[in-house]
Amino acid sequence: MRGKWEDHVVISGAGKSDFARRSGRSELDLAVQASRDAIQDAGLTPADIDGIIAWPGEIPAPMGFSGPAALRVSDALALGELTFHGSWTEGASQLAGLFSACHAVAAGVAKHVLVYRATGESSGQGGGGRSAVHPVDNNGIVGNFSWLRPFGAVSAAHWMALMATRYVHEYGLKPEQLGWVAVNNRAHAALTPHAVYRDPITIDDYLESRVITSPLRLYDCDVPSDAAVAFVVSAVDTVPDLRAPVRIEAVGSAYSGRPFWDQWTHPTHMASHAAAKHMWSRTDLRQDDVDVAQLYDGFSFILIAWLEALGFCGPGEAGAFVEGGERIRIGGQLPLNTGGGQLSGGRVHAHSLLYESCVQIRGEAGARQVQGAQVALTSAGAGPLGGAVLLTPPR
Amino acid sequence: MTALTPPLPRLTPESDFYWTSGATGTLSLLRCSACGFYLHPPTPQCRACGSADVAPQPVSGRATLFTFTVSYQQLLPSIPAPYVVGIVALEEQDDVHITTRIVGVDLDEVRIGMPLQVRFEQHDDVYLPLFAPVPA
Repeated sequence: MRGKWEDHVVISGAGKSDFARRSGRSELDLAVQASRDAIQDAGLTPADIDGIIAWPGEIPAPMGFSGPAALRVSDALALGELTFHGSWTEGASQLAGLFSACHAVAAGVAKHVLVYRATGESSGQGGGGRSAVHPVDNNGIVGNFSWLRPFGAVSAAHWMALMATRYVHEYGLKPEQLGWVAVNNRAHAALTPHAVYRDPITIDDYLESRVITSPLRLYDCDVPSDAAVAFVVSAVDTVPDLRAPVRIEAVGSAYSGRPFWDQWTHPTHMASHAAAKHMWSRTDLRQDDVDVAQLYDGFSFILIAWLEALGFCGPGEAGAFVEGGERIRIGGQLPLNTGGGQLSGGRVHAHSLLYESCVQIRGEAGARQVQGAQVALTSAGAGPLGGAVLLTPPR
Repeated sequence: MTALTPPLPRLTPESDFYWTSGATGTLSLLRCSACGFYLHPPTPQCRACGSADVAPQPVSGRATLFTFTVSYQQLLPSIPAPYVVGIVALEEQDDVHITTRIVGVDLDEVRIGMPLQVRFEQHDDVYLPLFAPVPA
């Protein structure tokens, strides 16, 4: 392989299902809708697809979380022979499936790989609460959850709130600063037709919202949704056949640190740190070159941690960076989460963030388009999950 | 298992010593006999020096509060809300973190850095290590 592997692949298609709360639709239905949309968006047909990968595959999890296995989606789409197929449960963040698809295409294993994430978390969990029921509890917990769940640390909200409290202790992050992440995302969701929550909120609405687990309030938490997003990753030599390919400038997938949620000794030195460093090592572009960024916002604090891990501001400076919203709105210095992120757009585990980056690079974002966007950054994960990717238009 | 039983760990060869150590009234962690490094969560060889000579060893049970969160949602019947989840740093080696519940303290008196002492909540063979303030 000549040059870096990123140069051998493109994202050819980006598709989505409808996004909704409590749609009652099956995850397979959502996955198929998004996949057909992505394949058509690429300018391809299902007969062109020779690879498929899911994140995370059918793993034991609360109702609606996992989505359908890759071969079930292949079956529903009546795909032909697949030279690459599977699910990616561990790895460099929720985008590990996409990265893996890129590696397979760059290595010549397949030419057009379908990647998807489908979730029915909103319908699946109904009013029951995400965390109250988990199949890992049934026969005694093993592995990572065994260190957390017996003590009531049953939700990612707890794991991130713990890091957020430490960050507040070290740097004095104020609620009136953190709240701007939620307010900004909601303002951008208002411009995004498919976002789940689109009515604007103010910083006072944020401050009045109930505390879920301190210091995180309701508006600090992303929205469980019924939604799917899919991509097609294609070999660069197929570009003449494609409608609007998007170039991958660099991927950060490195890992360093212990594989737990609670062993980090600094609240922003999570897996995001190694992934960010790795991404910047694979490109000559720098922070100032980024025109628009979708930073992981499973909880608002995660976006704060990413801003610092990626070097957009120094340690302890992210609160001041987002405060007031001027820097991070569309038209600002670094427009963030232009599709409403996951806090307002709906949780599709980073895939909706990458979708928004593709739309921005193509100039197809309508009312929320960042004018002249040439470099789009997407980051995914928190705790032991971290991945980042820079997109640009074709050269 | 009753409504008062929280989700419990399975006793496995890797960590059963940890979850049952409270039966002696003392918390035990895996420690390297060669270099003295504590290994938590446990690993079969020392992460510091590579020695395979590792064994559970009692610790003081003293720790300081690294961080915490007050959880207001009623999520588990076994743990009434609000409750405090904390990560404590072990006195013997402060990069050993233990996620736990902080008990025996008013919600508004929980502070990062406060000294804590282990106490156990027994569920059959499993003794969950909880932490409470050291009496003044």
